[in-house]
Amino acid sequence: MSAPKAIAMISGGLDSTLALALVKRQGIEVKAVNFYTGLCITETQRRKGGRPDGTIPRNEALRAASDLEVEIEYVDVSDQGYLELIVNPRHGYGSNANPCVDCRIFMMRKAREIMEREGASFVFTGEVVGQRPKSQRRDTMRAVERESGLEGRLVRPLSALLLAPSIPEKEGILDRSRLLGISGRSRQPQIRLARELGIEDWPQPAGGCCYLTDEAFSRKFFDILDAREEAGEERRILREDLVLLSTGRHFRLSPRVKMIVGRSEGENGVLDAYAGGRARLLARDLNGPVALVEGTATWEERQLAARIVARYGKGKDLPEVAIDWIEDGVPETLLVPPETDEARIEAMRI
Amino acid sequence: MPETPLPSPDLTLDTSGRLCPYPIVEIARAMKTLASGAVVCVVATDPGIVTDMPMWCRATRNQHLGTFREGAAFRSWVRKGIPA
Repeated sequence: MSAPKAIAMISGGLDSTLALALVKRQGIEVKAVNFYTGLCITETQRRKGGRPDGTIPRNEALRAASDLEVEIEYVDVSDQGYLELIVNPRHGYGSNANPCVDCRIFMMRKAREIMEREGASFVFTGEVVGQRPKSQRRDTMRAVERESGLEGRLVRPLSALLLAPSIPEKEGILDRSRLLGISGRSRQPQIRLARELGIEDWPQPAGGCCYLTDEAFSRKFFDILDAREEAGEERRILREDLVLLSTGRHFRLSPRVKMIVGRSEGENGVLDAYAGGRARLLARDLNGPVALVEGTATWEERQLAARIVARYGKGKDLPEVAIDWIEDGVPETLLVPPETDEARIEAMRI
Repeated sequence: MPETPLPSPDLTLDTSGRLCPYPIVEIARAMKTLASGAVVCVVATDPGIVTDMPMWCRATRNQHLGTFREGAAFRSWVRKGIPA
């Protein structure tokens, strides 16, 4: 008879790595899955050419699967269904734009589909009871399990002894006595366990790798939704919005006009790629940022946008800078003084 | 480039312009259609392939033959399966 199989939902953090090790050492065949949402901070750093110090962050889920020699599948969930979820979460947001409960239910439903397709007996995660204020409370964890359709088949190996026995434990597929009863925010039990299991390599806790937990990102996220609503449009977010929200400095020039200014060569490249349907601005004869302007700008707003581009370029101390405003492939040159009123710039920053 | 010549690939996958984790997703998909011992060359512009491909090969028990920079792109050679 072949070994029983399980599906691991892993991020590559310490907890999911430990969960993977605990289940695998019980002789269970494990397939790891990692969900691609388009909202991972590390992934975004990679696509912009790495960290400011030139190093390229590792893909931690892949690192964990590799260290434990477990097959891994990436599941792209960054489609419209997921984008609707983050705009209208049934269970609401956490402290920023993070709909963690809905997101977990969504991913666990996907994991259930994979479990059924693969003929696996259960799904497991690295969740720890009481580790997060909302999504890892015991009652929320039970609700997530129920709503995902995984009732009885969702195992949290690190906290299993604090939860009701799951079906694989009752059936003897999983030995409950070899699972753990860790709870709370301290990481000391996990670090001790890692040493015991010979796991030496794990990422520092980042407090979540998801942009939706980031305060500055959330401000920009809700700004887009509010601006669309005020303009009489549907309150929605598009895939390209997410790329742009994690790129550059964002300024709202008016309720209908917004500007994004690149902060590095990598970001300028991203903005170049998304110039379609937007005005693209850059200094004509000097090094400086690429900027995009969304919406129909008035003459004053065009001047203001050009002055901001001049302010962030090499010509910021010159009396005047030539800025190319390129819209629908047609360039127009605006000769403007760089904006010097920092308080005005700050007031427009989203 | 490597000192010893690499085998000519049975399949070349060009993932240029696609970002992490797509180069890995695409090789994983392609591997399912290939016989053991087949060689795949993945072309990628995502610099993450330098760390990703050796890790993926280890996780999935395939042989990483090497990943090399070639101008703005990277070429990564993988042989399906681990030779006995």
